[in-house]
Amino acid sequence: MVVLLMKTKSTPCFFFGLIITLLSGCSDSDKISLDERSIIYCSEGSPETFNPQLITSGTTIDATSHQLYDRLIAYHGEDNTISPALAKSWHMTRDGKKITFYLRKDVTFHQTDNFTPTRLLNADDVIFSFNRILETTHPYHYVSGGNYPFFQSVEFNSLVESIEKINDHTVRFNLRRSDSSFLANLATDFAVILSAEYGQQLSKLNKPHEIDTLPIGTGPFKLKEYRVGSLIRYYRHEGYWQGKAQIEQLVYDITPSKTSRLTKLLARECDVSSYPIAHQKIRDRKDLQLESMTALNIGYFGFNTKKPPFDNKLVRQAVSLAINRQALIDTVYSSEATLAKSILPESSWAFNEAIPSPEYDLAKAKALLDLAGYPDGFDMDIWAMPVQRSYNPNAVTMAKLIQADLKKLNVNVNITSYEWATFLRRLAMSEHQTFLLGWSADHPDPDNFFTPILSCSATNTGNNRTFWCNAAYDELIQKALQTTNVTKRKAYYKEAMLIVNEEMPLLPIAHSRRYQARGANIIGEILPHFGGINFYSVNKNIPLKTINGKVKATKSLPVEQSN
Amino acid sequence: MLTMLSFSLSFLFPGDNIINLSGQLNASSSELTQLNHYYQHDNNIIEQYLAYLRHVLQGDLGLSMASQSPISHEIIKLLPATMELSLVALLIAMAIGIPLGFIAAIKHNKTTDNVILAVSMLGYSIPVFWLGLLAILFFSIGLGWLPSAGRISLLFEIEFVTGFQFIDILLSDSPYKWQALNNALAHIILPACVIAVAPTTIFVRLSRAAMIEVLATSYIRAAKSKGLSFSQIIFRHATRNALIKIIRHVGLQFANLITIAMVTEVIFSWPGIGRWLIESIYQRDYTAIQSGLLVLSCFIFIVHILTDFIYAALNPLARGNKYGS
Repeated sequence: MVVLLMKTKSTPCFFFGLIITLLSGCSDSDKISLDERSIIYCSEGSPETFNPQLITSGTTIDATSHQLYDRLIAYHGEDNTISPALAKSWHMTRDGKKITFYLRKDVTFHQTDNFTPTRLLNADDVIFSFNRILETTHPYHYVSGGNYPFFQSVEFNSLVESIEKINDHTVRFNLRRSDSSFLANLATDFAVILSAEYGQQLSKLNKPHEIDTLPIGTGPFKLKEYRVGSLIRYYRHEGYWQGKAQIEQLVYDITPSKTSRLTKLLARECDVSSYPIAHQKIRDRKDLQLESMTALNIGYFGFNTKKPPFDNKLVRQAVSLAINRQALIDTVYSSEATLAKSILPESSWAFNEAIPSPEYDLAKAKALLDLAGYPDGFDMDIWAMPVQRSYNPNAVTMAKLIQADLKKLNVNVNITSYEWATFLRRLAMSEHQTFLLGWSADHPDPDNFFTPILSCSATNTGNNRTFWCNAAYDELIQKALQTTNVTKRKAYYKEAMLIVNEEMPLLPIAHSRRYQARGANIIGEILPHFGGINFYSVNKNIPLKTINGKVKATKSLPVEQSN
Repeated sequence: MLTMLSFSLSFLFPGDNIINLSGQLNASSSELTQLNHYYQHDNNIIEQYLAYLRHVLQGDLGLSMASQSPISHEIIKLLPATMELSLVALLIAMAIGIPLGFIAAIKHNKTTDNVILAVSMLGYSIPVFWLGLLAILFFSIGLGWLPSAGRISLLFEIEFVTGFQFIDILLSDSPYKWQALNNALAHIILPACVIAVAPTTIFVRLSRAAMIEVLATSYIRAAKSKGLSFSQIIFRHATRNALIKIIRHVGLQFANLITIAMVTEVIFSWPGIGRWLIESIYQRDYTAIQSGLLVLSCFIFIVHILTDFIYAALNPLARGNKYGS
């Protein structure tokens, strides 16, 4: 009321009214305020699209995949086992070529301003979603460009022969060969289920591109509003099949500047912040929490095994022995990463504790270099990637440290760097001697580390920049793909890792961690063990009143969970 | 005069002047011919200028090079935010500065006067960006009292009607109206106060000088000799006459205020025209720069005229002059 009065009164009244209103503060104690039913997430960038099928960028996945959509199957728990999602169960024939999914019958799609679903999820939606990727004749295949990078990288088109509708709630995938990573691929953030009914409606209205900009999915939140570079507003999906989310509104405050994100977090204008800086400052504040999760990635130092002197195994081993990796982690990653033992992160189920970590031993390195015929050292190039990635936040600094380490072996290092696209192109053309690069996994299946980085087939596509092609290694990782027996696969991967450690086509350096900061009053898991973030299970206690960073009142009211 | 400056900018900026004027970056050749026709590009410079003037008068300011949306739309969305912020800052500056100046004048050459003058000198010398950052550090991060960025929490959905946040909130039918209003108020306080610091000190000095002048006039002396009480003299006679002198300067201060507001908008992520203009400079969005300058100068121009009118309305002497001699 004060405010209404002041609008009509004269100047000084306006000012005093302003102060009075402010001092009175939020006093609506009868109903829980909007703030307590909503979460603001300070994200690092704008999504490119609202359809995860079309991209592989982490920012877009974080914004869309788990908020708007569901998959047939999902990863569950710390060891990333596959569990039911939209498919309540599935069955695979013994030869692994026919996989039948039995769908849930109670799944509703979002209702928004421009779409009202008339039916529940059925087999048509699943077929629509996957045929969009598979069939070039599908009406939606070329909408938004016709590129499905994740599915192309796992050769989905050549793997899947057809998708059959058995009945309204049963779908069968017919594969051309058995592939033990197929289920893992279907559980990734990219394999989302769209609404076929919405697709038909948009075709009729002749607005097909809206399928990716005004998305309809089955996920816990639906899109309300998107302002490029400013915000994404999600409302909860009231009819979500797992039960509606606890928060009513989820807002992504798009804040690309790292310092702005930190300011907003410290001023408690965002509840959760992505990729925070100043970790110690956040840890010091009692009203904030810093979380981290080891990401499934690897930063490594690779050798071009087709170019002398690195075609010699002894040289590769010697150089690897001379690099102080702990110093790299302390400097380049500010100690916020795990020292890598092998290309496979320790959080993967296929990791084997018996694999020895590469050592740091100068004397041994010198001896090996003598043995290889380079007692006086040699000159070499390191190509350092020009961009910042979580698996390598600063490749040029890392190259300088390696340069200093190798000086002790009388090896002279030149550091080279090109613009990112040029860098990758020239690497693929094998112009380099050694290089600093890394890999982030698309899905938690261990094969995603072995095949793309080091297989012979990856040599042909230029993805394997070490150009190392080892028949024994290739046979092992092929065998591991053809069986679904986990114990056998583990054994094969152990063998493969031992070969890599011995042959040393690359020196694994670090598995970095992903960080996220949030208010202490935000409860529930956001950072998953793998893939994009998920706000479904998040809730908020009443805001903590903080003065000078100290928690003053921490009474915890029961939070209303449903209306 | 302004349009001539803005028009000549399109030649001075790098690149083709038609593209600078229209902002159409990826125009096809047929579109270019059409643009050439619209802006009379083939005729002499006077006709080109007249064509440009016609466009501006019709409200066509071209497209923003960065977003490729019409600049007039962007400005309509952004200008109210800046006006709101500057207005609140101006009110704060007047509400604090004028009484302080009066007090200083009444206590002329005493300790109070010196203290007020010293503090206002200090306030005038503090750079606004530094003050803004300090305010965020202290009030937002340290004490957690006030938010540091934006006009209102993103949680509130306020429909755009007038662009003035407070009016829009009162017009909206959101169930969270009062929470939104509280929130918007909390958001405006820090930036408005930071902007208000420099004008406040100017108002202190202006009102002090005006009051001293008034207190020395013969009618005040006459009032004193008639035996009027001190408060009667001050409130009934001196204040009114001093205020009239100050109002003339409000318009002048407004230009100064807008400049300060532009910097402050950047610091507080205030979605106003100043921040937009500075971002356009970063993005080399020439169309936006020249149109933004034009609109902003026109705005200040209008404010000047308005304050002159108000001055004339309040002061019979100024009105009389027009008809005299």
